[in-house]
Amino acid sequence: MPIELKVNGRIARVDDDGDTPLLWVLRDTLGLTGTKYGCGIAQCGACTVHIDGQPVRSCAFPIDAVGASAITTIEGAVGPEADAIRAAWVARDVPQCGFCQSGQIMSAIALLRTAPQPTDADIDRAMGGNLCRCATYNRIRAAIHDAARATATPT
Amino acid sequence: MTDQANGPRGFAMTRRRLILGGSLAGGAMIVGYAATHPAEIGGAILSGGGKDPPESAFGAFIRIDPDGQVTIVNRQQELGQGIHAGIAAIVAEELDADWARVRVIDARSNFRAYGLQGSAGSNSIASNWDLMRAAGAAARSMFVDAAALRWQVPRRLIEVRDGIVFHAASNRQATFGELLADAARQTPPQTPRLKTPDAYRLIGTDRVRRKDSLPKSTGAQRYAQDVRHPGMLIAMVAHSPRFGGRIARYDVSDAWRVKGVVDAFAIETGVAVVAETTIAARRGREALRIEWDDRAAEKRSSADLQRQYHDIAEGRSDLSPEDFAMRGEGAAPAADAIEFAFDFPYLAHAPMETLDCVAQVNGWNVKLTSGSHLPIVDQVQAARAALTLPGKVDVEVVPAGGSFGRRGILPADYIVEAVRIARRTRGRPVKLIWTREDDLTGGYYRPMSHHRVAVALGADGLPDQWCFRSVCQALLPVGGNAQAVEGMADSPYLSTARTIDGKLYTPDIGVPVSFWRSVGHSHSAMVMEHVIDQLARRVGRDPAAYRRQLYVRAGATRRIEVLDTLCEKGGWGRPIEAGWARGMAVHEAFGTTVGQIAEVRMDGGRPVVRRVVAVVDCGIAVAPDQIRAQMEGGIGFGLSAALHGKITLRDGIVEQTNFDTHPILRMSEMPAVETHILPRTTPPTGMGEPGVPPIAPAVANAALVLTGRATRGLPFAVG
Repeated sequence: MPIELKVNGRIARVDDDGDTPLLWVLRDTLGLTGTKYGCGIAQCGACTVHIDGQPVRSCAFPIDAVGASAITTIEGAVGPEADAIRAAWVARDVPQCGFCQSGQIMSAIALLRTAPQPTDADIDRAMGGNLCRCATYNRIRAAIHDAARATATPT
Repeated sequence: MTDQANGPRGFAMTRRRLILGGSLAGGAMIVGYAATHPAEIGGAILSGGGKDPPESAFGAFIRIDPDGQVTIVNRQQELGQGIHAGIAAIVAEELDADWARVRVIDARSNFRAYGLQGSAGSNSIASNWDLMRAAGAAARSMFVDAAALRWQVPRRLIEVRDGIVFHAASNRQATFGELLADAARQTPPQTPRLKTPDAYRLIGTDRVRRKDSLPKSTGAQRYAQDVRHPGMLIAMVAHSPRFGGRIARYDVSDAWRVKGVVDAFAIETGVAVVAETTIAARRGREALRIEWDDRAAEKRSSADLQRQYHDIAEGRSDLSPEDFAMRGEGAAPAADAIEFAFDFPYLAHAPMETLDCVAQVNGWNVKLTSGSHLPIVDQVQAARAALTLPGKVDVEVVPAGGSFGRRGILPADYIVEAVRIARRTRGRPVKLIWTREDDLTGGYYRPMSHHRVAVALGADGLPDQWCFRSVCQALLPVGGNAQAVEGMADSPYLSTARTIDGKLYTPDIGVPVSFWRSVGHSHSAMVMEHVIDQLARRVGRDPAAYRRQLYVRAGATRRIEVLDTLCEKGGWGRPIEAGWARGMAVHEAFGTTVGQIAEVRMDGGRPVVRRVVAVVDCGIAVAPDQIRAQMEGGIGFGLSAALHGKITLRDGIVEQTNFDTHPILRMSEMPAVETHILPRTTPPTGMGEPGVPPIAPAVANAALVLTGRATRGLPFAVG
């Protein structure tokens, strides 16, 4: 029985078992490799995607729990918050090895959508589940503040 | 490359040798290998298994397109340290290229084309400084020659800026693209003239930026984990839970029944499962039934090892030590010597990208795609595993999702594993994936160690006698154990002592160990810097003034300058809020001197760090923003280890299996970091590691102020 998933605005039919974690369907079946494996137990955030706009750890989220909800991956993240976050990430040269950054960016976009002008405490809370072994945390924080300012400024 | 820019073959080879020139001095390792493997001499080692790179008139490292686009071939490995930025800046500076039109590609492993490829000891900028400047300057000189010929003007009146060659007097100019065909026909200078630092327009400025931030912010950056080939299989391996365990019996019949599993078989390091998808490989592995033979396995617990290390340090073992830093007569510590002891645990690298490698074996030919750290080592080890010659192994080097030393181990364990599996899949490419559990329990840790230090002070309050008893596994099977005491044996704090007695014991433990970001400095800085603060307190002196006096006595000029700037920028001696204290540390590693002041409070017995001021002398700053980034990252990495880092064994089994049982630093724990780079014109030294060592002792020294208690080991204990 194929399962239908709505990924980045398109319908994808996949033959994977229903208990397969979304991460591996995205990466192996659909070829969306921007979303990363880091731990497999929802402890590092490298696999963060949006399900109906909410940040979710796709490594521990079975596809049969997705239902009709819309999945957004780093490849499909668009909109003013996504654009501002990416621009801020590049302007500050946030990434080092870069492997966690897809997950960081997905969590940051979700944060800006719920808290357009986040405080440092908001950032600690929203980004606390995204680990960065290179410890780029200060630049991530600064880039989120930059993006918040950029989205608040009328263009 | 277009035909236009390709010189005649003979020329190109000459130029390549010319421009590569000095880098071959680092080839001692290759020579050593060839001496022990005489059958492989004959050039096979010297190239890669793939096609040689396209020949460029401008040598191995620079390609220029007719549209003026400059491509720099990076022979180093991008592990997160932003090496593209620094390498490109060095070439672009001497070439006077337009920075916006410079891109960087990663070299495949090819000793003949690129010399020794490997990033270790924070060497990437230092070891490429002369070579890349010469490459850029030689290419620039060829454009100047071409313009001088075309315009019939003296070459000394020709200038180059941002990829445009011009002659001001006659108001003529041409782009690199326009001069390309002519320039490619010029003879490169034997000794290209290099700029002096005062003429730099790019090096040392914040115009030097990472070249990979965009792909690393869009998910487009391709890592080994992301490689997909038609027909590619995914492999996982079930390893022995204990180091040194071997397979006694195994049964793959249940694994075979898992949907998507293609094969399951034993290899030297465990039982491999090969499947169509990652999840099938994982499920197949879970379905394996394996009995392990632990007769030769390491079965001790960390507490057993620690007891044994303490016994060794106290002379209760038959292990004979080697001497280090010996000076004067009389080994026994003076009766009034002050004694210190430290215990450090095994530490895992835990890069965010777990170990992985794509391997394809077709007869004698091997293709790898890997986030290599030492491509030349991976090439040689893959060849051994495939029973072929290194020259038949083509390593496509891609950026690694972190390494911190783990991907640079000499046995190349995961590379070898991938090749062994790929030998069984008859030409189909295989991607080996280690799970996080495999990574944390898989060994090659920073070794645990134990250190006893006794110091007798002279009448002037300065050390008159040092005694060391260090116990630490060796990182390599041959070549001694000097890394265990680097940063101690050569410390400027030893300068005032009349007698020094250093003894290093090297036990043989069944836990594989290897290089971990900053290597021996990861513990030696804590030993020396925390001891020195305690000595200063003992004689009632300010720790900064006490250090300074010792640096003066040792003639440690760079440390004095770092210390003075650190005190000024870090507010040393100025008031701080109640409950907070500053602690400092100054340490030199890999030719770079770093000082850090940490602002700390205690919370439930555990230090909380809000801010770190850092000062660094790393020679001339090539890419200042990447120096700052490495300082931030080094502090975060060192603090993660100091607060949380440990790998412990229970009956030989590693107790930490994933980020739930092995926490690493989170955003809320990251201090603000302010980095000051001392202005220098001396050749650059490394920055990948030296930011790590000082943070733990800086925090420990602040905790000492707050609690009056010495820290006896890491990680910091709670309560």
